[in-house]
Amino acid sequence: MFLVPLEEKEFRERCSQCAAVSWGLTDEGKYYCTSCHNVTEISKEVISTAAIPNTKINAINRGLKKKRKFEKGWDWYVCEGFQYILYHQAEALKTLGVGPELKDEVLHNFWKRYLQKSKQAYCKNPVHTTRRKAKVLEDNLCHSDWASELELLSEADGPLESGTEVQSDFEIPTHFPITKAAQSASVCSGSLDGVEYSERKEKGIVKMTVPRTLAFCYLSLLWQRETITLSDLLRFVEEGHIPYINAFQLFPEEMKLYGRDKGIFAIESWPNYEEIYKSMIEIATFLDLPRFPEVTEGCYLHPNILCMKYLLEVNLPDEMHGLTCQVVKMTGIGEVDFLTFDPIAKMKKTVKYDVQALAVIVVVLKLLFLLDDNLEWSYSDLAEAYNEEHKKDKPWFDFRKWYQIMKKTFDEKKQKWEEARAKYVWKSERPLYHSHIDKPVVYKRREMVVNLQKQFSMLVDPTPVVEKKGPSSFQFNWTEEGTDRTCFHGHSLQGVFIKKGHSLITKNSLYWLSTQKFCKSYCKHVTTYEESNFSLSYQFILNIFSFLLRIKTSVLHEEVSLIEKKLFKKKYSEAKKNSSGSKKVRR
Amino acid sequence: MGLDFSEELRKPVTEDEQMETSMLSAKGMHFPWLQKQLETVVTGGKKKKDFAQTTRTCLSFIQDALLKHQWQQAAEYMHSYLQTLEDWDSYKKQAAPEIIWKLGSEILFYHPKSNMETFNTFADRMKNIGVLNYLKISLQHALYLLHHGMLEEANRTLSQAETWRYGEKSSSQEILINLVQAYKGLLEYYAWSKKKMELSKIDEDDYAFTTKSRNMLSQSWKTSVNFCALIKTPGVWDLFVKSYVEMLEFYGDQDGAREVLTNYAYDEKFPSNPNAHIYLYNFLKREKAPRAKLISVLKILYDIVPSHTLMLEFHMLLRKSEKEEHHKLGLAVLFGVLDFAGCTKNITAWTYLAKYLKQILMVNHLSWVQEEWKSRKNWWPTFHFSHFWAKSDWKEDSDLACEKALVAGLLLGKGYRYFRYISKQDHEILRKKIKRMKKSVKKYSITNPVV
Repeated sequence: MFLVPLEEKEFRERCSQCAAVSWGLTDEGKYYCTSCHNVTEISKEVISTAAIPNTKINAINRGLKKKRKFEKGWDWYVCEGFQYILYHQAEALKTLGVGPELKDEVLHNFWKRYLQKSKQAYCKNPVHTTRRKAKVLEDNLCHSDWASELELLSEADGPLESGTEVQSDFEIPTHFPITKAAQSASVCSGSLDGVEYSERKEKGIVKMTVPRTLAFCYLSLLWQRETITLSDLLRFVEEGHIPYINAFQLFPEEMKLYGRDKGIFAIESWPNYEEIYKSMIEIATFLDLPRFPEVTEGCYLHPNILCMKYLLEVNLPDEMHGLTCQVVKMTGIGEVDFLTFDPIAKMKKTVKYDVQALAVIVVVLKLLFLLDDNLEWSYSDLAEAYNEEHKKDKPWFDFRKWYQIMKKTFDEKKQKWEEARAKYVWKSERPLYHSHIDKPVVYKRREMVVNLQKQFSMLVDPTPVVEKKGPSSFQFNWTEEGTDRTCFHGHSLQGVFIKKGHSLITKNSLYWLSTQKFCKSYCKHVTTYEESNFSLSYQFILNIFSFLLRIKTSVLHEEVSLIEKKLFKKKYSEAKKNSSGSKKVRR
Repeated sequence: MGLDFSEELRKPVTEDEQMETSMLSAKGMHFPWLQKQLETVVTGGKKKKDFAQTTRTCLSFIQDALLKHQWQQAAEYMHSYLQTLEDWDSYKKQAAPEIIWKLGSEILFYHPKSNMETFNTFADRMKNIGVLNYLKISLQHALYLLHHGMLEEANRTLSQAETWRYGEKSSSQEILINLVQAYKGLLEYYAWSKKKMELSKIDEDDYAFTTKSRNMLSQSWKTSVNFCALIKTPGVWDLFVKSYVEMLEFYGDQDGAREVLTNYAYDEKFPSNPNAHIYLYNFLKREKAPRAKLISVLKILYDIVPSHTLMLEFHMLLRKSEKEEHHKLGLAVLFGVLDFAGCTKNITAWTYLAKYLKQILMVNHLSWVQEEWKSRKNWWPTFHFSHFWAKSDWKEDSDLACEKALVAGLLLGKGYRYFRYISKQDHEILRKKIKRMKKSVKKYSITNPVV
């Protein structure tokens, strides 16, 4: 062990409050002034994790600390915590280029509506009966409407609710009276209603969770018809552009979190597409939102535009866009009514715009190349031969070459992605503990980990850390110069068409359906995806496309099947009649 | 570094290990591909948290980097793996320090930028995370210091560990404390043996001699206490036993030494250990114990390690014995030694065999030879007596070739290629020997028709 004489390391500055130079150490290793008890932000660098007995350092008696206001922190409610997170997420979206109305109007209104519907504010008889003057968010949120929120929270509709009389109106567990709750709350959670909140199970009320904050964000984005899809949003979260994991770190220091708050605000997983998608519908229904602004042909979320975007992203010829548009038209998935989200409608369903667009591309690839592990390769031979002979012309699209490049690029990308995930720092600088007894242990652990991390980071070469990429809706840039990756955007589809009369028709006239029979039971999934039942080309395409959106392959498969269902409506109804449908459908 | 002893200790079984052993079927076959599926089974279909998943990947990346000696990369991943110390899953949180200690010490041992100071800081930090790891880490820390020749520091670390207690002494703690003490004893032995060396240089009449020898006396008593506890626990403690016996012998406690060695070699609770028998044999030899006693010790060693160099000594002992069964065993021992590839060029073994074969055949114990030869006639000719060996043996060591040729002749007859090749060689000095050899073969070869 290497002990440095304390004299050398000691903190020698004057106290900012009383100008004395007389420092002691608190339990957390921070300096405090022994004459005026002012605690600094400067903490002593602990060389050894073992307790160093030293008469020069006087630890503050814990009993004394408890009484201090600083330690106790502000009184705050759980919903304020979520409001904080939403606020910061909206700020982050704004920096990503989303219009300011999203934060100031849309999300704000949704949130107000939520507080009202869940009877937390803007209503008679809000759940919070403990009155107090809250000024938690004022300092930070004074530039927007958000600041008034809290006043509303605490002062809403004064006359009706005055203390304990209205309590009985609410489903607060009877064995857990509010007065007791308030008392024990100081033991079991930092927020006033943390314990109560985590135990509340009211029917018909959608409880706020951290993942649901993202559902709120997405609803607002959808309302504004912004150019961010759900998969983009979740990817930005994973890349750290939008606060989510450890978002509670953004709370002011005076908002203490512990005990039950941990279960409410601590998150150990990245958001999941399906889950957020479901919550979004759930919340929209709960909030009783009207029909959303229409998604028309000019909107980013329209399949024609998204298909164009994803064709660029997956390095396929621009010429394919005409075909995707045809499929969109034939299936009717470009219709305004289909695309616009209407929570009030009977079928409370919205479109997974991003998944759907990629599914359309899969269908077009199947139409062109069949993807039966055979035809696509023989077409590739033709294209290769043609390109060999006509080096100066616009090259034909060569599926094999495309496969090779995509495989290599995606494998590399996936590898890097996995490495980055493995290195992800989950633990917050503000550790969460169960109770005051637990606190010193947890803080000591944290300190230990930080020290160890310091030690190991010294062993890592100070070579420039991979420059952090700015947020972008594109993950690949195929036109970038200086790479050996071919860009297929300008390649031609001539090779897979033949002339018939005045028009071109595809050489391939066969098709196979991704799903023959849809599941009609109440299990809620329409089809299943058993990888080994499908051709390798199909598997490959589903794999890379779903990686692009960070979704499960089965989700994309389902979407492909749904589009086929619309495209081959007749075939399906025929198959129903004489249940012996052949696998291959002739168009 | 000396992490190997940890296998002998009972260690908390981690999840992975449990998984692996559970896949081991009775015949020792296992399916590596099952592991992934089993993982999902364990969690009962509930989706694992991403934290758990990524830290798991992180661990496999570290292991991979260690395997490829990419210390830098390992340190990089280690930086994030340290998070597992704060895992909310209390079981995993408890298991984390040991995993981190093992990986971390490995990295810090090899990393070019690491040094003593870094390692010591790391060890001290890890010792104090939780109470379960203090002893184990102290011990391994001491070994690291020993490796770097820092005896005093190692001793200090061990002393600290020795006096450390947490709660009631559990069985796993006890064996660790014994081990800590034994290592301390070993360090004391080292100091003692250094003093002994010094002492041997001082004149006995010198005044300094008496004080020094008195010092040594008191030290040995302390050391013996340190060794005692561990040596009584079943295990392989060669180094400790050897040092302990040396000290006992030095102070004339022959009975004590014999007891320790006998116990170490014969106690059935101890794992089978050839060294235990070798130590005992060497001790008895020094003591000039009766031949029968020596033979009985080596007989056990013969059963465990038939190729050991002591087997030649064993052979001589058996030859000198009066019992006929010992004479027969003496032949088997020689054949046994030469069964091993490492002994094929052992000229002593071949000389003994040639001489003894001839002797046995002279007294008409043909059946003994046939018995041994029966199981070897299929493979010894190509293993020892091929044309290739004849040529290379002759070139490298003609004496060896002559001995082997005699054995080949006696066992395979004069027409066999090895014998024929050697007997055709013309050599000035060996001419006589070869002539004698031809004569013996003609007379005693087991291939000769029975007269």
